[in-house]
Amino acid sequence: MSGLASISAEVVDAAQAAPAKPKLDRRRSAGYWPFIAPALIVVGGVIIFPWAFTLWMSVEHWELGGSQQFVGLANYLRLLSDSRFWDSLWHTLVYTALSVVAPLVLGTVAALIFDSKFPLRGLLRSVFVMPMMATPVAVALVWTMMFHPQLGVLNYLLSLVGIPSQAWIYDQVTVIPSLVLVETWQWTPLVMLIVLGGLASMPREPYEAAEIDGATGWQKTLYITLPMILPFMMLAVIIRSIDAIKSFDIIYAMTQGGPGTSSETINLYLYNVAFSYYDIGYGSAIAVIFFFVIVLMSLVLLHLRQRTQWING
Amino acid sequence: MNRSGNHSGMTPARFVRGLGMAFVIFVLVSPTILFFIWMLSLSLKFEIDNGAYPPILIPERVAWVNYLKIFQENNFFLYFWNSLVVTGAATILALLVGVPAGYGIARVSAVKSAMVIMIARMTPGLSFLIPLFLLFQWTGLLGTLLPQIITHLVVTVPIVIWIMIGYFETTPLELEEAAQIDGASRWQIFWLVAVPVARPGIIVSLILAVIFSWNNFVFGVVLAGRETRTLPVAVYNMLSFEQVSWGPLAAAALVVTLPVLILTLAAQRQIVAGLTAGAVK
Repeated sequence: MSGLASISAEVVDAAQAAPAKPKLDRRRSAGYWPFIAPALIVVGGVIIFPWAFTLWMSVEHWELGGSQQFVGLANYLRLLSDSRFWDSLWHTLVYTALSVVAPLVLGTVAALIFDSKFPLRGLLRSVFVMPMMATPVAVALVWTMMFHPQLGVLNYLLSLVGIPSQAWIYDQVTVIPSLVLVETWQWTPLVMLIVLGGLASMPREPYEAAEIDGATGWQKTLYITLPMILPFMMLAVIIRSIDAIKSFDIIYAMTQGGPGTSSETINLYLYNVAFSYYDIGYGSAIAVIFFFVIVLMSLVLLHLRQRTQWING
Repeated sequence: MNRSGNHSGMTPARFVRGLGMAFVIFVLVSPTILFFIWMLSLSLKFEIDNGAYPPILIPERVAWVNYLKIFQENNFFLYFWNSLVVTGAATILALLVGVPAGYGIARVSAVKSAMVIMIARMTPGLSFLIPLFLLFQWTGLLGTLLPQIITHLVVTVPIVIWIMIGYFETTPLELEEAAQIDGASRWQIFWLVAVPVARPGIIVSLILAVIFSWNNFVFGVVLAGRETRTLPVAVYNMLSFEQVSWGPLAAAALVVTLPVLILTLAAQRQIVAGLTAGAVK
């Protein structure tokens, strides 16, 4: 799923940023609805209908194979006193925050590097982009082998530089940072691409002016480049946040939320409730709340992004 | 680091800077290179070598048999076929409904209908899955590939629509207006004027839809049975059933992701253009 939200957010952005086109008059534009209708039917069938259905199920007591009865907001009230839910919310926040910040820093550095010219740049950029296209489950399984406390290559590499062995995903304290390491490895390239796109669209004049004033390379990076790519970094933050908060494949394949429930995010808990315990009604309520958490987060981030826009003019 | 060219030749300061940059490039790229090399190494070693400490990078005896094993013992031909069918069908269907939709939305500037899809994209896949799972169970479709094809549309249709909106917004209207004056119908204009111009966009959306559908795991976990597993689900299931047999597991992981990696390297330019299209404008 990851990476998809990216595309949508970017294009919406483009749509908003694009200069207003001369609008077609109403009579003419009506003729285009047959083009859109089939997609709307598909979207209605696989997205909007399931949503309405989920809302309805969330007010039912409904276990798969069992009976079904209307319970009002009981499922939502149950959430309030469900400590496992609150734990999973906390895990989600930590996981998401770390999975945004680490790729943001590394991806921005990488974009600045790949924006300059050096030998083999094209090839190295292709290699650098590969992780985000690799199948997450396949990636997760290989990382699991690398994290193995006794036989894993990571502890061996640490021992070479004198760092003691780690338990990685097998310890309650280190499991989330270890998962974030994988997430960072996989999604730093996306941040790099977004920021690189921003760098490519930048005007040259400020640099020329700065050079006349005798600014050094670092000064130019710090006072011209960074402020100008800030909107693109914010875009990367939004995209990364939406992807990271929904992260499933890596966590499920590597830890299934363990050890214990120490890496169980909301998405994992939702999966367990709905498809391990088959508590459909309660799972639906979690899905609804989860959706609102994501929307709330996105709105806050979009608002923050608006505030960085003035730099662009 | 800066965008302006230096006019001076090779000074010592410049040499040091170049060295520093080479080091940063090395630090950034090596985790990726090392990961894939290690993945290949794991997949080509027998259990004894995979369990050795210190770890062995290049084994004395190469275990090609790991690859043979996953196709003979784990039915990987079937799962490969399943993946091809699901990804192929979900991508073709998405292009069929998504390309015209992108065109229509771009022409009427129907940003609102676009926002609906955008909000839907923010929802976690699992929340679509509960109702769809029940629906497929009631209709008795669960034993077939159809549920996965349908749910993969959640992934592929928005990709195609978004990228096509972006492309059709930039294609010039003049040609279409000229065709209209010549008496062409809307569908003729679409097929004969708009689609040929937007072909690069169609290719980008095709590639991205294929990659993200191929990689999808969560829909298969919930909806696939023994006979209908796609590759990502099959490789995950190997983990639970085979205990930890690293060689074949790594070989399977490589087989799953290799088609996507080859596609990525082959179409690198188009993919980068597609993913950054919005951001650059």
